[in-house]
Amino acid sequence: MADSIKIRAQIQGEITDIRILMQHPMETGQRKDDKGQSVPVNFIQTFSVLHNGKGLIDGQLNTSISKNPLFGFKAKGIKTGDKLAVSWVDNLGERRQDEIVVA
Amino acid sequence: MNELRRRLLRGGSSASLLLPLLGSGLLMPGRVLAAEWNKAAFTARNVNDALKHWGAGNASDSRDVLINAPEIAENGAKVEIDVTSQLPGTRSIAVFADKNPMPLCAAIDFTGSNAVPYCRLQLKLAESSRIRAVVKTSDGKTYVAFKEIKVTLGGCGG
Repeated sequence: MADSIKIRAQIQGEITDIRILMQHPMETGQRKDDKGQSVPVNFIQTFSVLHNGKGLIDGQLNTSISKNPLFGFKAKGIKTGDKLAVSWVDNLGERRQDEIVVA
Repeated sequence: MNELRRRLLRGGSSASLLLPLLGSGLLMPGRVLAAEWNKAAFTARNVNDALKHWGAGNASDSRDVLINAPEIAENGAKVEIDVTSQLPGTRSIAVFADKNPMPLCAAIDFTGSNAVPYCRLQLKLAESSRIRAVVKTSDGKTYVAFKEIKVTLGGCGG
């Protein structure tokens, strides 16, 4: 089971700053382990951010995104008590979804 | 594709038969994500092909696409950049690193009307490279901005 997605939302007036940390190895397939074996490619391909169940941001990623990547987005009109959900799917079909209530 | 899906559903095919189809992306388990991974663009091996498959072969230069990135990055495994579009009707921002083995790094779609056309990403850069941010707007036009990043330690091993 993949580690949880950390979601932070900071309301700054009209604009809310959203930070999302996805815990994932993001293997390029080019790296070798201690024994010289290639580490198979494993990376998040798509993710979605939902605001109160409605689509806010969709993303597609490549192997060239960092390990345990942090993302930053901004949105208008987010209020205390709103829900923000993030889900991702990697190239092996593994998935993870987490949700927060904006404080 | 729908035809195939129907037939498979009716036929009650075995899991072993369906498994390779899952891998190929023909059948998506659970909810179908709004953004389907653009395989042709993401696996393109040079920046011109990647741009072409992304539908941005003839993007026009724009000063309204702002890339904020370090001029020198010590560690290519984690280079933080952010991109802001000031173009009205911005629908997506895609980031390309010209010299990466697969130049298209990420594509962000602003699906919600309240999303601000801004994104902050952490990239792996194989070597010093020109970065380009491609913006698509709702009128179907594409715009591009560039930024050079020098990398002292490549990020392919990380």
